[in-house]
Amino acid sequence: MNGAVFVAVYQRDLRLAWRRRTEALLPVAFFLVAASLFPLGVGPDPQILKVIAPGVVWVCALLAAMLSMPPLFAADHADGSLEQLLLAPGAGLAVAAAKAAAHWTISGAPLVVAAPLLGLLLGLPAEELPVLFASLLLGTPILSLLGGVGAALTLGLRSAGMLIVLIVLPLAIPALIFGAGAAAAVDAGLSPSPHLSLLGALLIACLVGAPPATAAALRIAVE
Amino acid sequence: MHAVNTTSAAPALRSRLTWFTFASPANFYRLAGVLAPVCGLAAVAFALAGLWVGFFVAPTDAVQGEVYRIIFIHVPTAWMSMVLYVAMAFWAAMGWFLNARMAFIFARAIAPTGALFTVLGLWTGALWGRPTWGTWWVWDARLTSELILLFLYLGYMALVAAIDDTRRADKAGALLAIVGVVNVPVIYFSVVWWNTLHQGSSLTMGAKQHMASPMLVAMLLLTLACWAYAFAVVFLRARAIVLEREGDTAWARALVADNQGR
Repeated sequence: MNGAVFVAVYQRDLRLAWRRRTEALLPVAFFLVAASLFPLGVGPDPQILKVIAPGVVWVCALLAAMLSMPPLFAADHADGSLEQLLLAPGAGLAVAAAKAAAHWTISGAPLVVAAPLLGLLLGLPAEELPVLFASLLLGTPILSLLGGVGAALTLGLRSAGMLIVLIVLPLAIPALIFGAGAAAAVDAGLSPSPHLSLLGALLIACLVGAPPATAAALRIAVE
Repeated sequence: MHAVNTTSAAPALRSRLTWFTFASPANFYRLAGVLAPVCGLAAVAFALAGLWVGFFVAPTDAVQGEVYRIIFIHVPTAWMSMVLYVAMAFWAAMGWFLNARMAFIFARAIAPTGALFTVLGLWTGALWGRPTWGTWWVWDARLTSELILLFLYLGYMALVAAIDDTRRADKAGALLAIVGVVNVPVIYFSVVWWNTLHQGSSLTMGAKQHMASPMLVAMLLLTLACWAYAFAVVFLRARAIVLEREGDTAWARALVADNQGR
C-alpha cells in the first residue's frame, strides 16, 4: 500500500468535508430523525421502546451509513481525478482504504457519538449505553468498509444509491446481529463481551478484505 | 445471403477436442442447443416419476400426515438454491481469473434460476409451515438465511442489470458474487447464533430418524429433475446471451441468415 497516497487522500477528503460542513452533518441528522420516528410509529410505551432501542439505533446507523455512500467516489470519478490517483503504484489499495477511513471519520464517528443520546431518548437503561457506544464504535468502521465496496461497484450508475443499499445490507447483517445483540445481552443479564469480540473479529476481517475488493471494483469502474 | 458457408464459420470442432473447445461461444452455442432439449426432457421425465412416487407410492407420514409431501418439492428446491449460488460464484471466479467470456455468461445465466429456486424453497416452506407450525413464517435461522440468500441473488441481478457496459457488468457482478460467497458462511453462522441466543431451536425440521425408501426415492428423483431443469434453462439462457453478444461475428450472422432462409 502506498502510504503517501493514503495520507494525501485522507487529508484531502477531510478538508473537503470541512469546507462543506452542513453536508457532512447530514448523515447524523438523518440518523436522529429516522430513529425518532420509531416512538411515533410504534407508540410511546417505554417497555417496548427499551426492548427495541438497540435494534432501532443500529438499523438507523446502517441506513445512515449506506445513504452517505454514493458521493464517496462520485466527484473524483466525474472530474477524472480518480483515474489519475489510481495511476500511482499501489495506489488502488491506498485510495480505497483512505476513502473508507475518511468516510468513517466524517460520517461514522458522529453516529457513534450521537448513539448514546438516542439510547437515552428511547429509554435505554444507563448500563446499556456504554455497550451501545462500544458496539457502534466497532461496527461503524465495518459499515464504512463494506459500503466502500458497494460505492465502488456502483460508481457512475444512475440508481447507485438504491443499489448500494441492496448490495451491501445483506453483507452487513452479521454486524447488525452482533452489534444490536451486545446491548440486548446486557438487558438479558449476560455479558456483552462475546458479541463485542465477534464484532471486533468482523472488523479485522473487513479491514483485511474490503480495501482490496474496493480497489478491484474501482479498477473495473475506470477501466 | 446463402452464399455464406455455415460449415466454415465454426471450424474448431473439426480439430481435436480440448478443455477449452466449449469455451468458444460458437461451439458452446451448438452444444447447448443439443443438450438443452435433452435436459428438458430428462427434467420432465424425472419430475413425473418423482411426483408419482411421492404422491401415490410413498406412505403417509405417521406424525405429519399428508402435509409432509411438500418436502418432495421443498427440499430439492432449497438444495438447488444453495448449489446454484456456489455454481454462480464458481463461474464468476473462473471468469475473473481466466478472463473467459463463457464463464461470465454462465454466472449471469445461473442467477435468475437460482433466485427462482430460492423463492420456491421459501414459498413451499411457508405452505408447509402453515399447517405444521401454525404460521407462514418464523424468524428461524434456516428461513432467515434462505431469505438473505434471495437478497444476495437480487443484489447480483440488480447490479448486473444496472451497468450498461457488458464487460464492466460482468466483472462487477463477478466481484460481488465472490464477495457474497465468502460472506455466506459468516451470515449463516451469525444467523444461527442470533436465533439460538433468543430461543431454543423449538422449530427444527421434524427429525427424520429413518425415512421410508419410497420417500427417499421420490426426493432423489425430484432432485434430479431440478438439476436437469436448471441445466436446461441455464443452457437456453446462456445461448440467448451468446447470440446477443456475438451478434457481430460471422458464425452468428450465418446462423441468423440460415434461419431466415428456412
